[in-house]
Amino acid sequence: MVKINGEEFNAQGKTVAEYLAGAGYDQKRIAVELNGEIVPKSKYGETALRDGDSVEIVSFVGGG
Amino acid sequence: MITKEEWDKALTGRHGEKLQKRFSSATVALCGLGGLGSNIALSLARAGVGKLILIDFDRVDVTNLHRQQYKASQVGMNKTDALFENLREIAPYTRIETHTLKITEENAVPLLQGADIVCEAFDCAEAKAMLTDTVLEKLPDKFLVAASGMAGLGSANSIRTRKITDRFYLCGDGQSDVSSEGSLISSRVMLCAAHQAHTVLRILAGEFDV
Repeated sequence: MVKINGEEFNAQGKTVAEYLAGAGYDQKRIAVELNGEIVPKSKYGETALRDGDSVEIVSFVGGG
Repeated sequence: MITKEEWDKALTGRHGEKLQKRFSSATVALCGLGGLGSNIALSLARAGVGKLILIDFDRVDVTNLHRQQYKASQVGMNKTDALFENLREIAPYTRIETHTLKITEENAVPLLQGADIVCEAFDCAEAKAMLTDTVLEKLPDKFLVAASGMAGLGSANSIRTRKITDRFYLCGDGQSDVSSEGSLISSRVMLCAAHQAHTVLRILAGEFDV
């Protein structure tokens, strides 16, 4: 299982890019943190999620 | 005009020597000088943060006055110049560097290299994400204090600060988008700016928890 924003998902084996596309995220408005480190956007396609990983997807909304 | 000695003495008297030394030796960069950045800048200058790097490409518009720390007489000025002027009147000894330009993935590193802490204070979601990715990836020794979700008239109590990684703090309610809420209210934007400014001061004080 992979913990994503506090909830457990069967996402092991998927890449970050695959998970984001499946969950409907707009890559331009998010930042992804994996086990405490930021995942560069250029690495979404090659970063595979593993059992026990902890992911935080930060979604930005407009206003400031 | 008060002297630098009077200014330093007043701050040290209020904060204590140890804390004030941490504040006055720090450099904080403000990326975006709108409702968030202009309010963060005032808080940090008043607290005696030593140096502020102010970055924005925009000019003061009449539609900014309801929430941003500018005056009607400053409409049309560069926000960098207008904020510089206002900060000078409030905190005359804060060192200020201004850059009137748009921050991009390419120029972010040289612009922000000299800062200890970077505040993301843009209004556009894509720009917020771009700066977050760039700072955390390319400037891993910096702290980043970003904001997302402060539009509308929602409860003041839903604005909060979260620690996402050791170096990345996020303020706001995480949800209230200006495009769906339709408005930005001065008090709620100031709340979020105050969360960001307070997070900066806590980091400088060595208090890393939220």
